[in-house]
Amino acid sequence: MLANTTASDTEATTTASTGGPTTPSGRPPRSSLAGRARPGEAVIKLVLRLAAAVAVLTTIGIVIALLVPAIGFFREVQVFDFLFGDRWAPRFADASFGVIPLVTATLWTTAIALLVAVPLGLGAAIFLSEYARPRVRNTLKPILELLAGIPTVVYGLFALQFIQTTVFREWLRLDTGAFSVLAAGLVMGVMIIPTVASISEDAMSAVPMSLRQGSFALGANRMQTSLRVVFPAALSGVMAAVVLGISRAVGETMIVAIAAGSQARIVTGPLEQGQTMTGFIANAALGDSRVGSLEYDTLYAVGLLLFLITLIVNFISIRLVRRFRQAY
Amino acid sequence: MASAPDNAPMHLHATHPGQVPDYIARPIMRVENVDVYYGDFRAVTEVNLEFGLHEITALIGPSGCGKSTLLRSLNRMNDLIDGARVDGEILFHGENIYSKGVDPIEVRRRIGMVFQKPNPFPKSIYDNIAYGPRVTGMKVESMDDLVEESLTRAALWDEVKDKLKQSAIGLSGGQQQRLCIARAISVRPDVILMDEPCASLDPIATMRIEDLMQELREQYTIVIVTHNMQQAARVADRTAFFTAQVSEGTGARTGVLVEYGTTTQIFEDPNDQRTEDYISGRFG
Amino acid sequence: MRTLQDSLAGAPTMPLKTGKAHGERRAGPLIFLIVLWLSLAVAVIFLLTLIVNLLLEGGSRFGMPLFTEYPSSSPDRAGARPAILGSIWVIATTALLTIPLGVAAALHLEEFADKKHWFNRIIELNVQNLAAVPSIVYGLLALAFLALIGVRDKNIVIGGALALSLLILPVIIIATREAIRAVPSEIRDGSLALGATKWQTTWRQVLPASVPGIATGSILALSRALGEAAPLLLLGALVFVSFDPNGLLSGFTTLPIQIFNWTGRPQEGFHELAAAASILLLGLLLLMNGLAIFIRNRYQKRW
Repeated sequence: MLANTTASDTEATTTASTGGPTTPSGRPPRSSLAGRARPGEAVIKLVLRLAAAVAVLTTIGIVIALLVPAIGFFREVQVFDFLFGDRWAPRFADASFGVIPLVTATLWTTAIALLVAVPLGLGAAIFLSEYARPRVRNTLKPILELLAGIPTVVYGLFALQFIQTTVFREWLRLDTGAFSVLAAGLVMGVMIIPTVASISEDAMSAVPMSLRQGSFALGANRMQTSLRVVFPAALSGVMAAVVLGISRAVGETMIVAIAAGSQARIVTGPLEQGQTMTGFIANAALGDSRVGSLEYDTLYAVGLLLFLITLIVNFISIRLVRRFRQAY
Repeated sequence: MASAPDNAPMHLHATHPGQVPDYIARPIMRVENVDVYYGDFRAVTEVNLEFGLHEITALIGPSGCGKSTLLRSLNRMNDLIDGARVDGEILFHGENIYSKGVDPIEVRRRIGMVFQKPNPFPKSIYDNIAYGPRVTGMKVESMDDLVEESLTRAALWDEVKDKLKQSAIGLSGGQQQRLCIARAISVRPDVILMDEPCASLDPIATMRIEDLMQELREQYTIVIVTHNMQQAARVADRTAFFTAQVSEGTGARTGVLVEYGTTTQIFEDPNDQRTEDYISGRFG
Repeated sequence: MRTLQDSLAGAPTMPLKTGKAHGERRAGPLIFLIVLWLSLAVAVIFLLTLIVNLLLEGGSRFGMPLFTEYPSSSPDRAGARPAILGSIWVIATTALLTIPLGVAAALHLEEFADKKHWFNRIIELNVQNLAAVPSIVYGLLALAFLALIGVRDKNIVIGGALALSLLILPVIIIATREAIRAVPSEIRDGSLALGATKWQTTWRQVLPASVPGIATGSILALSRALGEAAPLLLLGALVFVSFDPNGLLSGFTTLPIQIFNWTGRPQEGFHELAAAASILLLGLLLLMNGLAIFIRNRYQKRW
């Protein structure tokens, strides 16, 4: 079985052990551990690093691309007049560049979208995380995610043709025109449900089982456990989901460009039409604006405002996600 | 093959073939004043050891005593962990493997490693063996011959020779581990480090690996970390016993080498009380 | 004062059924569960309504002319042929541009980068942030970039692909990183312990093992690009294209843009065409999603 004695027994010499080089029998001496030069690897690593740097370059590119024309814009228009002016008429003879009308439309569509997406998204998340058996969950989740995969032009078409025209005007006989921020906001809300649901569900699933068991052991039922134990524990994740939902709603373009309307005026009710910031950019792009013209610069000034808003919102969301990842 | 300490290790050891002298006649590796750190945490301290050519050396001791950490620093696998650092010298054929100009890639080729969990690549059996020679640019006359030779040495050839193109994932745990040994020897290393190679195997598979180690030691030097004292007693020529020292201030556990000698001496006549307590099952 | 023993002695006499008052069948929890069900039901009903509505509106126009005809001022003669070909051109170019770049960036971040280095942390933060930048901003970026390098006619395939590539790059990076992370470290250790270099290990072990995950993520990202319209709108893709695109510098329009165009026309016939083209677009997206799920289930290894 364990037949042989060691080779070292037969080859043993009586010299005291040293760390000096020895040559294993039958093999050529290999004295150095110095490696081969591998210039190829260095090149590859550099290429990979450059590829990763494209992400940074993109951000820098966005900032420069937005800033340069925006600076041109603010040479012509006071920052104060832009931010707080209540008349948006960039193409008129007596042009006015108050962005408030665009902002009110964005606020309306975003608020309506959140009113739809937050309760429904959270409801779906609690059901999937706390109630659904794995099989039910594995069927429902892809269906829910389909909602996120539908192109926004298709949503826009649906909002305009079905929700606004058929439901609001023909069925409900609401006092509304061809477009409304309500139709755009509602559909946008449904589009955002999967975003809110999936991030909230991640956060709730990350809550340790022991917390739930502790609650059940005290005689609490599922509802009490979900609302009083799991939900508070997952709150920062839920907040992150809501914040990301806000970011999606503010930045969404096609739905509002199609269904919210194209008249820039201060929106005072959900059945009015209105032009959002993104809606303005999309619409202005349809016209032919030369590089360097004030129209072109206006596009980028609004784009910069949009970018800054979503940037702030995104950072809040990233922070919140980090917090719930650290908690457990 | 029970994991509880045997009260008569002498009996087990009586059948051991490798009766080695007290001194190491032909050292191949030498560990001098080695401390291993992970960041600020000192995992192992003040280790001095020598590994004899074509000998099997076992590193034993309770969990958390740093034996695996030390093993991973012997072929610079520790380099891959952020913040890992080795103080002192580890000499291989007299050359410090941590000195400047030494290529860790070359170190790992010359000092192979077998892991606790069998980790065959998700490729065919043949490609698992051929992988090492290919990536290290070994000049091979016939890859088929090299694959056969490696598998034969790892006592796996007869079982797999008809299914070399099949995925290695389909093999049993014991076969996978022997495949990993075959893979390790395919690049012709001098030393094979084994990190609890039988920890996830059943007793029969464990026995086959132990038999295999006896055959391998004719060509290779083996350093094995094991939790299982009987395994050390059965296979090793020399044994090093480690334990964890708990720092009074911080409660940090640092591994220290307690005693190193021939396996016979460690198991039959330990010099240190801690060794004797561990061997006789009083702790660990 | 009651002692512990008293209360213990008293306990068995309390009927266990009182637990029902707090149980799952009380009105409150039941209504709660119904509300949860409803929130899912609303989403699903909405989805079904949308699809049924599209089929009713566009079903009659969904036929060969949609695929073979060019746009026309008369809805009865109009088709989406250039838009379909344009979408194929733009998406294929986008895939070629962005997948290698995204995979390379992900490999750097997961396998090579020192995660504590400031540069890599900035990259990481950037990727996360870029993933949530509104798509129309990428259109502004591409527009400015093309203007900078002096391209006069910005509605070209490569321009659209550039905008969409940057748009989905973070998505591909994130998906690839997840796929790479799923490869167990034992495989890397096994390879490195044989004397393979870091790159050999990455190229021969890690990358092949993560191909299914990368493919799934890339297909999903490309399906997002396929449905995207806003950035292309800025490049001026809303033009009357009555020719087949035939190269990277060729003018183009895409399916979503064509849908947008038809939606804005007053004639009812164009609205039907928009619905028909939407059916086609949704079908394509479903196909891509199905393929992604198939790859995930079929090839993804369980370690």
